[in-house]
Amino acid sequence: MNSIPSRSLLSIEGMTKSDIEEILDLTDTFDEIGRRPIPKVPALRGRTVATVFFENSTRTRLSFETAARRLSADTMSFGAGSSSLSKGESIRDTVEVIEAYGADVLVVRHPAAGIAQRIDNWTDALVVNAGDGCHEHPTQALLDAYTLRKHKGSLNGLRIAIVGDIRHSRVARSDVLAFTMLGAEVVLVAPPTLLPPSLEGWPVTISYDLDEVLPTLDVCYLLRMQNERISEGLIPSVREYTADYGLNIKRAATLPKDALICHPGPTNRGIEIEAAVASDPRSVILDQVSNGVSIRMAVLFLLLGSGRNLGATSELEGGQ
Amino acid sequence: MSLVIRGGTIIDSEGEKKADVAIGDDGLITEVSSNLKGEEEIDASGCIVTSGFVDLHSHLREPGQEDAETIETGARGGALGGYTALIAMPNTTPAMDCLAVIEQVRALGEKSVCEIIPTGTMTVGRNGEQMSPMGELVDAGVGIFTDDGNGLQDPRLMRRIMEYSTGLTHRLGRPVVLAQHCEVEALSSGGYMHEGAWSSRLGIPGQPAEAEELMVSRDIALVRLTGAHMHFQHLSTAGSVEMVRLAKQEGLPITAEATTHHFSLTDESCASYDPVFKVHPPLRTDQDVIAVRKGLSDGTIDAIATDHAPHTDHSKEKSFDEAPPGMLGLETAFSVSLEDSGLDLPQILALLSWRPAAIAGVLDRHGNTVSIGAKANLCVIDPDITWTVSGNLMASRSSNTPYEGRRLRGRVRHTIQSGEAVVIDGEIQR
Repeated sequence: MNSIPSRSLLSIEGMTKSDIEEILDLTDTFDEIGRRPIPKVPALRGRTVATVFFENSTRTRLSFETAARRLSADTMSFGAGSSSLSKGESIRDTVEVIEAYGADVLVVRHPAAGIAQRIDNWTDALVVNAGDGCHEHPTQALLDAYTLRKHKGSLNGLRIAIVGDIRHSRVARSDVLAFTMLGAEVVLVAPPTLLPPSLEGWPVTISYDLDEVLPTLDVCYLLRMQNERISEGLIPSVREYTADYGLNIKRAATLPKDALICHPGPTNRGIEIEAAVASDPRSVILDQVSNGVSIRMAVLFLLLGSGRNLGATSELEGGQ
Repeated sequence: MSLVIRGGTIIDSEGEKKADVAIGDDGLITEVSSNLKGEEEIDASGCIVTSGFVDLHSHLREPGQEDAETIETGARGGALGGYTALIAMPNTTPAMDCLAVIEQVRALGEKSVCEIIPTGTMTVGRNGEQMSPMGELVDAGVGIFTDDGNGLQDPRLMRRIMEYSTGLTHRLGRPVVLAQHCEVEALSSGGYMHEGAWSSRLGIPGQPAEAEELMVSRDIALVRLTGAHMHFQHLSTAGSVEMVRLAKQEGLPITAEATTHHFSLTDESCASYDPVFKVHPPLRTDQDVIAVRKGLSDGTIDAIATDHAPHTDHSKEKSFDEAPPGMLGLETAFSVSLEDSGLDLPQILALLSWRPAAIAGVLDRHGNTVSIGAKANLCVIDPDITWTVSGNLMASRSSNTPYEGRRLRGRVRHTIQSGEAVVIDGEIQR
């Protein structure tokens, strides 16, 4: 409990292996709480978690709000769509107002890279990056690592393919850093137009051939394919993308029996993943979702839980 | 004699010598020798006396964005930075695409502490579609035309403007200069920093170097076709510098400038996500910085320009994507050049003063030798003093300097505008 508390969570970059492992270890405790009949503890009673989403996202916001409520924190929610931003208020003013309402943590999502880091400079509240443009989505990488560790015991030595629109994916950037830090080997599978312009310094290998890669994998991590990539001229059509990079039943048959299929959601069934594959026993997509709540409980607790020794924390056991 | 600059060392295009400079009431230099006395004396001991700087690339924001800068405040910053002439970019609101706006800028400039030289746009409203009234503006004395902020995308229209400009030489008395902001928008749009290892890592969409280089290449070909005089603004990539080097060897009528930030900062600065480092063209790689310095030292690049681009704090308090591009430059250009260009002092002074003065066609009054009969547009530099950059202490209405907090060596001490000491010991006098 000494490395993370009282510090914003902005990116996987800058975290150490032991930072990540500490969060994953703590998540086991919160995972257990989530399975109780009354999944609620008073650990963060009186604290306020604000979700500040300048970009629409129902799933991530619900996940954070569920995590906050299970810890008995109060929540408030800011959405850009119906807000003062449309009246011309700046992000900084918005953030200062939310802080003035008493928020202890700002969970921030924004369509531009780096905004969580900027907001962290402007506020005394702690900031959790819930996705900044094409940069990072650290809690997604933590929940992914947690999910893989739960099913595989460890990430060490796992061979993981991340398939799809890596270029625009904050999930991929955070996952590459977290997975490789925990000892996994990562191969990026995508056409060149969907890869970042430069992979200098990235600890990954590249493949343009999903069929060749699939039999060698422990984990096949599919990314969401967005229609606007066609209008941007990055791929000829969804049909061609699906033909070359979609995980269909035939391809899934070449994936080892004990391999896992992951997806950050929301899935485009029939595009990057065939409907029947999403319900394949090797798919842990829904498990990712439920682990997301536990991971976010752990993160919020570490940020706000005042650094008490977790084993002796009576607050956790209170139940309501 | 009314004013004497005492005890300094003169450096101008003819060399270096120790002498005092006396300036008459008419603003002309009356004497250059030792032990001169005047009614008013300015101390220049231990300092360099040189001709005032000429910035080929200043955004003074007036008319239209007076909350970010005015001609008055921009000129004050210029004078503090040793400038006696600022070439004002025409991307004002409204744009400098007609006589009325040009006259307004001139009139405001006449009250300021620098000579303000307006440019005209190449196209009406900088829309890239219709040629501006270049003949009318040339008759009013405008000698540089640019759509700066935008590159002119249409190669057919660019060719026509080049051809048309060559027919205006006799009316201006020298060749009309077309100044291009080289950026092929089809490649750059949606990009906010240099595309490369840093943009990929930071998740900020990038602009490839080729967006600049394609237009440099196109315009070199069109200069060869038309014979127009082309000035390339803010060259930022190794490829651009090399193309200009070859074009000059070929003897084409081409000049070029580089900004201080393109030889002192790299794309790594963007890792802070602070939009103070967002600028067009974007900060590039170490290799590009080295190439720009080489271009400055071997004569490929003719001038150091500032691309002084003030923006209010609140307009920069946005995401990197949304914030406007641009950074301050006038008050730091000399010191940053001394620190980071790798050039010696006489080379730097040439690139800040007489070489840009020649491009702007103002050698009759700026960038002249410090000699009897010359207009007294001068600055006095203390090359040994060190100071700390602070945006809030600048004369500019904005504070978006990328060098905030940096210790710099060398600073302008006095500036003489048409014989009047407008800056003495780093203080504006009016």
